[in-house]
Amino acid sequence: MDGPPLLDLRLVFVTGKGGVGKTTTAAALAQLAARQGKRVLACEVDAKGDLASLFEAAPTDFSGREVVPGVHVMSMDTEASLREYLKLNLRVPVAGRLGPVAKAFGFVATAAPGVREILTVGKLCYEVRERNYDLVVVDAAASGHIVSQLAAPQAINDLVKVGLIRTQTDWMLDILSDPRRTGLVVVTTPEEMPVNETLELADRVASETTVRLSAIVANRVLPELFGRHEEAVFDQLCQRVDELSKLVGGDAEPVMDGARLAVTMRRTRAGHLQRLREGVGTAVPILYLPYLFTRAHGMRTTRQVATSLGEELGL
Amino acid sequence: MTEQRRARQRSRSKPAAGEPAAPRTRPQRPREGSLDGLLATKEIVISCGPGGVGKTTTAAAAAAMAACHHGGKVLVLTIDPARRLADALGLKDLGNTERRIPDEAFGHLQPRGELWAAMLDTQQSWDALVRRHAPDARTRDAILANPLYRNISGRFIQSHDYIAMERLYDLHSAGDYDLIVVDTPPTRNALDFLDAPHRMAEFFSSRLLRWLTVSYRSRMMSMASRPFLQVADRILGTQFLADIAEFFILFQSMYDGFVARADAVTRLLSDRRTTFMVVSTLEAAPVREAEYFAGALAERNLSLGALVLNKVLPAYFRDREAAQVAGRMQAGAHGLAGGLRWTDSSAVEGVQDTAARVLVEVADSFLNFGVVARREAEQQAELAASPEVLATVPFFDADIVDMEGLLRLGSMMWS
Repeated sequence: MDGPPLLDLRLVFVTGKGGVGKTTTAAALAQLAARQGKRVLACEVDAKGDLASLFEAAPTDFSGREVVPGVHVMSMDTEASLREYLKLNLRVPVAGRLGPVAKAFGFVATAAPGVREILTVGKLCYEVRERNYDLVVVDAAASGHIVSQLAAPQAINDLVKVGLIRTQTDWMLDILSDPRRTGLVVVTTPEEMPVNETLELADRVASETTVRLSAIVANRVLPELFGRHEEAVFDQLCQRVDELSKLVGGDAEPVMDGARLAVTMRRTRAGHLQRLREGVGTAVPILYLPYLFTRAHGMRTTRQVATSLGEELGL
Repeated sequence: MTEQRRARQRSRSKPAAGEPAAPRTRPQRPREGSLDGLLATKEIVISCGPGGVGKTTTAAAAAAMAACHHGGKVLVLTIDPARRLADALGLKDLGNTERRIPDEAFGHLQPRGELWAAMLDTQQSWDALVRRHAPDARTRDAILANPLYRNISGRFIQSHDYIAMERLYDLHSAGDYDLIVVDTPPTRNALDFLDAPHRMAEFFSSRLLRWLTVSYRSRMMSMASRPFLQVADRILGTQFLADIAEFFILFQSMYDGFVARADAVTRLLSDRRTTFMVVSTLEAAPVREAEYFAGALAERNLSLGALVLNKVLPAYFRDREAAQVAGRMQAGAHGLAGGLRWTDSSAVEGVQDTAARVLVEVADSFLNFGVVARREAEQQAELAASPEVLATVPFFDADIVDMEGLLRLGSMMWS
């Protein structure tokens, strides 16, 4: 694998199909980096407030806040990003809300593809350029939209021939295209559709963007109950479930049925993982995260997933 | 024609123009309804919900069941370019034009009606829309050739939502199908498509748009006095701004057509012949989204016809007695393994050790999934939504790869 270890990057975009654990993985990555002594900015692009809640913190805004030691969380707001941009680059004094300019902006942003995206990516690249943080982790757009987000600077470069934006996109592209600084992490689960989408996305990222795919996270991997030899014994036990029921003093059939279902689930999922491995080849590492039976949300999960990620990264 | 059929046709005939959709009274709790009954009475079923819960498959399964059992012409309109779905339907691929699913795909079953399928191609549908609404050939060609148009129609996220509803209206008013099942786009905000027609109309009627296009026409003279254009010019560059303005000047000529269509689409969504099917799993995040969605439907006085809960773990995982058995199995695995009579006497000791390990794993797995199953049951109990039909589909141990699989899934939510 070329490029530095994941946590040595400066800017990491985390994406994935809806519902696979994208936000949890982004939070865990930030938490893990902070454990390594890094100063981390975690940015939520879809302002849902979920990212802060994974640190048991109240929703954040554009200015961001340190939610746990070493981890700052911010929520992207393209209008605020525009205001900051105008202040920094054009010396346009913007007091309070943008008013009519904001209305006009909202309109242009809706009409002109890439304007919203460029303000998002621009803000993130800016934080990297200014070295305000050791690592910027982005809970990015879902896999359906990530390509247009990452390709926005290039698309704007193609559409806009002159103007200030043109000179601005050049340094953004420098950061985004640098595999030593920027990487993409795709989160998936070992199920059919998420794996299909991940493989398609890997192709599109390679052909349509300049960002390097750094890792794939396979989330919710079920534990293997037993190997081949033990499975033969399991089959024997299933055949003698009546005898087993007598010994254990209760109906053992549902317990055996449950185990059979777990084995089938695990096997179906192993097939999808195999497909994923073959599809991405050896150039991109796959990090495996276990299925969590107990909790679904909050700091506890973030810490557990961070630990699992650390183990997978050999930390 | 029998009296019954005539009555049915009357009830299906369109309301007179201008007649408002009748207000619906919403049932307080799930009625004794079935998906069977729901699909027999409705003409449009819109399948929606969070991503990754099997929405596309559920929509296809519902349509296949209707074609099988109710007859008539049934169309499933999907936006998901999933290869597997085309395969499952027995088609090589799905395209923007509707195609009939061959009867052979149903295997030994003889479907009473016809099943058709189409996959929404956003770009092609937009082009068709422009062709229909453009006032003349010159405007049409200019719009189709505008670089911004191609960018917006292909990539502008909301354009998918709008075009899906537009296409639905088109298909429904043509009257070629008895039932249309629509699989909605997996939007970030699951509600976008409901508001898309209205928002699109608002967009084209905005004063801001007029202001921009008018000021563009006169901008050579008044550039200096217009701070917005000055700033925009510095940020975006003159050519880009000119492209934007030209695009909107052209699009304004289609304004009336757009607004009229958007109103018609909104009316169709709230018509009593249209219903919504919310699909979810019982995981925490999808349930939250599904609830939010059901609430939003109620707010808009739209009908929540069915709530389909997918991938639900079998009820035996929640059985108290079974959990106690698993607990004893885990604690006394060695005794149990030793108590069983093993015929394979050559390696009895080895087998017993293995059996004990297996029993511990089996019991542990059962207890683990028991926690998940109880969490799911809790989520389901807390669901505030009150659909006409509530269907739960148990966890499928295999992927759905053919019509048999689709129908197997369909029959689980059918009655």
